[in-house]
Amino acid sequence: MEKFTTLQDTAVPLEVENIDTDQIIPARFLKATDKAGFGENLFKDWRFDKDGKPVEDFSLNQDQYSGQILIAGNNFGCGSSREHAAWALKAYGFKVVVSSYFADIFKGNALNNGLLPVQVSPEFLEELFLAIRKDNKESFKIDLENQKIEILSSGKSENFAIDAYKKTCLINGFDDIDFLVSKLDAIKKFEEKQTQMREAAIQE
Amino acid sequence: MKKTLFDKIWDAHVVESIPDGPDILYIDQHLIHEVTSPQAFNELKEREIPVFRPNKIVATADHNTPTENQHLPVKDLLSRKQLKELSQNCEENNITLYGLGHPYNGIVHVMAPELGITQPGKTMVCGDSHTSTHGAFGAIAFGIGTSQVTQVFASQCLLVEKPKRLRVNVNGDLRKGVTPKDVILYVISKLGTNSGTGYFCEYAGDVFENMSMEGRMTVCNMSIEMGARGGLIAPDQTTYDYVEGREFAPKGEEFDKLKAYWETLKTDEGAEFDQEYSFDAEDIEPMITYGTNPGMGIKITGSIPVEGGKSDAKALSYMGFKPGESLIDKPINYIFIGSCTNSRIEDFRMAASYIKGKKKAENVNALIVPGSRQVAAQIQQEGLDKVFEEAGFKLRQPGCSACLAMNDDKIPEGEYCVSTSNRNFEGRQGQGSRTILASPLTAAATAVAGKITDFTKSLN
Repeated sequence: MEKFTTLQDTAVPLEVENIDTDQIIPARFLKATDKAGFGENLFKDWRFDKDGKPVEDFSLNQDQYSGQILIAGNNFGCGSSREHAAWALKAYGFKVVVSSYFADIFKGNALNNGLLPVQVSPEFLEELFLAIRKDNKESFKIDLENQKIEILSSGKSENFAIDAYKKTCLINGFDDIDFLVSKLDAIKKFEEKQTQMREAAIQE
Repeated sequence: MKKTLFDKIWDAHVVESIPDGPDILYIDQHLIHEVTSPQAFNELKEREIPVFRPNKIVATADHNTPTENQHLPVKDLLSRKQLKELSQNCEENNITLYGLGHPYNGIVHVMAPELGITQPGKTMVCGDSHTSTHGAFGAIAFGIGTSQVTQVFASQCLLVEKPKRLRVNVNGDLRKGVTPKDVILYVISKLGTNSGTGYFCEYAGDVFENMSMEGRMTVCNMSIEMGARGGLIAPDQTTYDYVEGREFAPKGEEFDKLKAYWETLKTDEGAEFDQEYSFDAEDIEPMITYGTNPGMGIKITGSIPVEGGKSDAKALSYMGFKPGESLIDKPINYIFIGSCTNSRIEDFRMAASYIKGKKKAENVNALIVPGSRQVAAQIQQEGLDKVFEEAGFKLRQPGCSACLAMNDDKIPEGEYCVSTSNRNFEGRQGQGSRTILASPLTAAATAVAGKITDFTKSLN
């Protein structure tokens, strides 16, 4: 997995709440059997009209916005468990998604792909949108080690939470698979005990 | 210590807890399908990691499969390739596959319970967010991403943070015409689409105790639509009666032994929840949605809320509805009865009981899709197929179908579809389609009237 430590960049705002994974990557693009090529279909039906022309007022199509940070409305990534959503965001070029709330499965999928979900307070999210409205070339700094997101021009910042284990994984580029495989002995022991544990539960 | 049902099952599956980190959670049953597994198999192959416990995995083909002419080669090339890869991957790794045409084939969340694979006290995962369905049996079941599918392949375990505990109580008597689907749509409309995020939800109260297993599955299925990782209901006699005798259920003495364990799976009196909500069954009416997330629901006789945010305005503009508007008498050209939410035998009995002796309205195109081959067979055995045919409906073959429209079963742009599925997201049933979520009874009544109607008046 790609490592993540810090990122300083401009951002693309997407002021819509409850963005579901069907919007991030529509189901008709889930027929691939590898992870390549999802970037071009990211937000397909919001980015393009039915004739394939770019939708002008959609922020990802607007030249004034650029950068590897996506700042989105509350409850980002709800709906389907499709990891294709995280692959699409990553392939398009995003490294960080900021929102005031993330759906659980999306958050896990993002973390497993080196895409950092940064959860901020609703007030700070509003500050972020405001900063871009004021200057669409505003830069933001995300510092994973110190768990801090900062608006560079004003210096306003907020700390964000992240699971300590996941943080270590991201900083070092580790993933869960190697870790779990290293635990196979403990897992086998657990399997042997499982029946006994059930019997003990009946006795209690 | 007093424990919740959720705690009891979770704690019994923790292999190890990582300090300041997640638990290593053992998974008893892994279900897979063609869409979210190929990249996981590829990853294993690249890393030369074997599948650790192939006998704890069962596969089905359901998401992209056609619902007509299943005996012919699948026309769509990409779908065909995906299905072929599933077959190859299962064969190479000794995984049981109930592929297209197999008598056990069906939507993953329909076929596993009906085969007795789903059992109380188990931990179950699948690369599909509606895995929460299996919680109806008092199991911890939740959807995972493809990286996690790979983890379970490699270790039969997942690294997961333990969710918080939520309980939703509904007590009282349900009114005539109010189905399990209405109960869960009502709950989500009250709580919103992210009220459950970070939680595992236990449904309690006599409304759930009195529900059939099919009804409980409908409720638990939609837990994810309020953001919850999963939902579960304590197992009871209804559960044991459903499981006993099924193909892969424990038999004889083994069943009795396990049943004794299952009987311990109840929330202890006084156990604490991090969040709890209670609702009165009498307040629930048949529900429909008016927007583009499942939380945007109203009573069928109600009107669209007037106050809403910017996102609500976007949703209403997509749906072509106005604040304050009633949906009664809105002409509807499409209905869909199917999906992992509502495609079990009871759902078709419910729809058939309304349709019997009536005719489908001429303007309506109906997709009626059983959840599995076994459900399809039972529909025939009970003669429900005749009821549908006489009323002008044609039954399809099993699959996920128009719930997510990965196959040819799509709702055309701009058209409304009263659908028994679980998501009314923009374009979910086809580009530009407009979904109105409802129960099988509401969908059947819509198909007969050709418009949304307050059918409760005509119920005896």
